[in-house]
Amino acid sequence: MSGGAVAAVPGLRLAGAQTLELARRSVLTEWRQFGSLLPGIVFPLLLAAVYTHQFQRVILMPGFPAVDSFLDFVLPASLVQAVSFGATEAGTELARDIENGFFDRLRSSPCARLPLLLGRLAGSLVVAAAKGALIVAVFLAFGAEVAGGPAAIAVVLGSAVLLVLAIGGLGQVLAIRTGNQEAVNATFPLIFTSVFVSSAFFPTALMNGWFRVVAEANPVTWIVDPVRRLVIEGWSGTDALQALGVPLAISVVTVSVAVTTLNRWLGAR
Amino acid sequence: MISLVTAHPGGAGHAVRVAGAVCGRGMRRISARPTLIMPVLLMPLIFVIGFTGAFGSLTRVEGYGTDNVYNWMAVYAALQGAVFAGVGGAASTAEDIENGFFDRLLLTPGSRLPILVGTMGYSALRSTIPTTGVLLISALGGLSLPGGLLALVATYVATAGMAAVFCLIGLAVVYHFRTMRSMLLIQVVGFSSMFLSTGQVPIHFMDGWLHAVARVNPITNVLRFARQGFLGDVAWSTTWPGLLALGGMALVAGALALRSLRSLES
Repeated sequence: MSGGAVAAVPGLRLAGAQTLELARRSVLTEWRQFGSLLPGIVFPLLLAAVYTHQFQRVILMPGFPAVDSFLDFVLPASLVQAVSFGATEAGTELARDIENGFFDRLRSSPCARLPLLLGRLAGSLVVAAAKGALIVAVFLAFGAEVAGGPAAIAVVLGSAVLLVLAIGGLGQVLAIRTGNQEAVNATFPLIFTSVFVSSAFFPTALMNGWFRVVAEANPVTWIVDPVRRLVIEGWSGTDALQALGVPLAISVVTVSVAVTTLNRWLGAR
Repeated sequence: MISLVTAHPGGAGHAVRVAGAVCGRGMRRISARPTLIMPVLLMPLIFVIGFTGAFGSLTRVEGYGTDNVYNWMAVYAALQGAVFAGVGGAASTAEDIENGFFDRLLLTPGSRLPILVGTMGYSALRSTIPTTGVLLISALGGLSLPGGLLALVATYVATAGMAAVFCLIGLAVVYHFRTMRSMLLIQVVGFSSMFLSTGQVPIHFMDGWLHAVARVNPITNVLRFARQGFLGDVAWSTTWPGLLALGGMALVAGALALRSLRSLES
């Protein structure tokens, strides 16, 4: 082992510890504002409850996937919606820290650059996993069936968590570029729309015109469709790979851009 | 504003002028900060595009009531916009309470009712922006008007009424909690009560508890009233239950708002 490699190991360990500490801070911040988490849990559940009772006739339409209840069909949509509600929190927190000067204090401390981003993202992932588990538990309690079994549930949750990583990375890019919480929060309508303009609530096979084209090209559809097949059809390695691979690929892009943007921003200061 | 309040406190003319001044101040706030109207306009537009696009094939299900999804969803999206407009009106009061302006307003002599009525009027006026936006976008999508001009009148009356009602509900909460954060509660109530109605499908499509809730939800009657001209002719038998529902909700919400306002003063 070279001298450089030996020095890198404690450096990595320190960066890991710093990431964990910032993640803990992020989770604590969310926990202390528990009320702000509620809409992200209550609203998707309410929507699922309403849709299940108003779209029962719809599941008999030709072209609709074979399901016993709309509840099974809407599970992935509710999950995506629930995690999307707080998905930009990693960016919002970073923007808040930039606004109130905490980021500058962190920068002047012996803290590595990467944990500044990864810590907050990790915190968002923990919160998203908890929200996702709660949503799935409520669905199961109300009679939803996941045909793919426990492995499919794990993939479904993993996919939702990776989606938060993808959106969180994007939020951090905006936070670094603008240093403004409002600018990061302004992405919410975009995320909200992207869930609606997808196969989340209705199959694209039953859509028409430009809406169908956009919905089919929407990455949310690429994530929701395999997740839904795992829920209503059963386990499939290909679907599991797609359900995890698509959000992972987007995450790699957004988090890499966030890291590059941070390095450029710090280099320019 | 001060000169208006001190002119003839207690007179009807004075009350109208105070209400007008409060309403005008709200509208000037929009022209000074156009970003305030963006969420109120944007969300219903997203709804009308999203719902008509995603649920367009609902019209193929027997008994849906129309073969044009815009004729069903446009009014629903417009009413959602009106709810946001009403909540926004109450939010402007929350801002006034937080920055101290409302305390100065309460120091002035005369009845408090015009302050409440002015804020309500501002919300009702504000609701015309999302309603017009939704109707224009829907017209591009193919919205038809079998009920003619009366259809538009019914829609604008219903949206202005809903904005006023949700402004009053919002004010009842804002006067009580005195913070902007309390608006979240009203948004959840507004959003939920709209979903628990015949917003997206006719009542006979629903089953279980949702059918029971939608049947007694006054917003179902408001939707019937506002939507009738897009599904056929405007009829008095569909109009009066809607107007009654709006009047009833306004009375209850108004009484709650007045009670909260009095407790704020004491």
